[in-house]
Amino acid sequence: MRGSFVERSLKSLIAASQYAAGAEQMAAGNGALQRVDPRVKVAGLFGLVMLAAASRQLRVIGWLFGAAVLLALLSRIPIQKLATWIWLPVILFTGAIALPALFLTPGRTALSFGGFVITEQGVRAAGFLISRAETTATLSSLLVLTTPWPAVLRALRTFRCPVVVVVILGMTYRYIFVILQTAFEMLESRKSRTVGTMPPRERRRLAASSVGVLLGKSLQLSGDVHLAMQSRGFRGEIHLLEDFRARTSDWLWLTGFTSIAIAGIWFQL
Amino acid sequence: MHIPDGDRSPSTCAVLFAGSTPFWYASLRRMKRALNTRMIPLLSVFAAFSFIVMMFNLPLPGGTTGHALGVGIAAIVLGPWASILAISIALAIQAVFFGDGGITAIGANCFNMAIVGSLVAYGVYRLVAGGAAIESPRRIVAAALAGYIAINAGALIAAVEFGIQPMLFHDAAGAPLYAPYPLHIAIPAMMIGHLTIAGLAEMVISGGVVAWLQRAEPHLLEATSGETVGWKATRPVWAALGVLMLLTPLGVLAAGTAWGEWAPGPGAPEGMRRMAAFWTAPMPQYAPPFLRSAGLGYALSAMAGTGLIILAVLIAGRLTRGRSQ
Repeated sequence: MRGSFVERSLKSLIAASQYAAGAEQMAAGNGALQRVDPRVKVAGLFGLVMLAAASRQLRVIGWLFGAAVLLALLSRIPIQKLATWIWLPVILFTGAIALPALFLTPGRTALSFGGFVITEQGVRAAGFLISRAETTATLSSLLVLTTPWPAVLRALRTFRCPVVVVVILGMTYRYIFVILQTAFEMLESRKSRTVGTMPPRERRRLAASSVGVLLGKSLQLSGDVHLAMQSRGFRGEIHLLEDFRARTSDWLWLTGFTSIAIAGIWFQL
Repeated sequence: MHIPDGDRSPSTCAVLFAGSTPFWYASLRRMKRALNTRMIPLLSVFAAFSFIVMMFNLPLPGGTTGHALGVGIAAIVLGPWASILAISIALAIQAVFFGDGGITAIGANCFNMAIVGSLVAYGVYRLVAGGAAIESPRRIVAAALAGYIAINAGALIAAVEFGIQPMLFHDAAGAPLYAPYPLHIAIPAMMIGHLTIAGLAEMVISGGVVAWLQRAEPHLLEATSGETVGWKATRPVWAALGVLMLLTPLGVLAAGTAWGEWAPGPGAPEGMRRMAAFWTAPMPQYAPPFLRSAGLGYALSAMAGTGLIILAVLIAGRLTRGRSQ
């Protein structure tokens, strides 16, 4: 069964659990960004993500990446974790898309070998793709690695995100781990009962029935949750606690994010 | 298809976010009306389920494995509107919390996978399954096709989004600023992977889960089964209408025309002649100006006329129902 779909699925589920556990642990830490008002972080980091996405200069994207790494270090996020969780998957995905651009983008020849021609425009195009993807992914990850998820959701309310969406996002996040645990137990028990290699057709049937069972359990769970909510007085009205208070240091952080964004825009001109 | 930030320009992402908003709004309205207090737990738990399903590695023909999106099964079990919301929420959490797909690209990714995927999957499923019984093998085929076509429709839209980037966004030296490949490269590159591995994964999961539900929990397939007595009873009428529309060009075979049918005939009063020029029809004499074949023009006119009548009846029905409620 080595490398079977059950094992690979289990691996994906474990990786997601480990990432979530690691993120929660870091968010509860005492780094620089962890102490900042979540609203400031949402606005500031999203602004920098937008700037990186819109930038037409590689050096500006490079500086933003440097700023993201500096913020990660100040927030006591291990660089090794960033490399494993963020940088490596992004370079594998975006790198595979960017690599052919070196050869396929028409333009001035930068290098030629064995009949292959790498163009200057191709190098820049690949550079834009990879640097943007790495920078925006790093900046985005800073938010969830330094802020508990419920605080991120409450901060979204400040930016007029509909309350029903905030509640659904919060509940979904919670039930992801409940269903993840159910899926893990289902696959683990199946793995422990399986001896030898199953034929491909049987493997597909098992995968479909596993998803079907999970679907039935999920719908059952939604019914139970609904009844539990009703029994506690839920009649469709939603109230959220919004207990943020911006301190002087939060305003300074906001000024800092704004200054980086203005500097980035200045260098575009 | 979880595309990160930087492959599409912020303006493309903004347009697709704006394009997605009416679908989210309409879905929320419909769900709220249909489910009331059940909406929040159902959507939350189903979004969580969709999230987990995207992590399953599915064994595919040929010995490889692939991830499914689960959009086919979501649209079949929940219907297209709830599916749009559930998949969108799962994608948003993947992007923001797990870094799978870009934050600026949330709207674009939701448009391709949640909106296009759900609507196409539901449409194909209903079209192919027709009024077949819940336990009919035809529903398995319909579900498999729905998943396969939905994922490929989403991939095609994404490929077009990538393909237009180098035309619209490049620097002074001509280097593309976002996805660097033009349409003739972006479309095949995107579609090869989806027509084979990703499409097969979605096909296996959609068809397989419907087959399992038929045996274990058939009631979960009832919501979108489309099994209604009214439709079955009127099916012969629709078939006859179709045959009649195809037979309309027979009239062209007859020689001559009825007096005064197309224009005031000889000896017609002056008032009738004057009024004849008062209104010119969009398709005069059942012959659309862009068609040379009279027979084809007749058949097309029959279809357009029938369509307009059905539309008018549907609108009148909806207005009447709204008033009575």
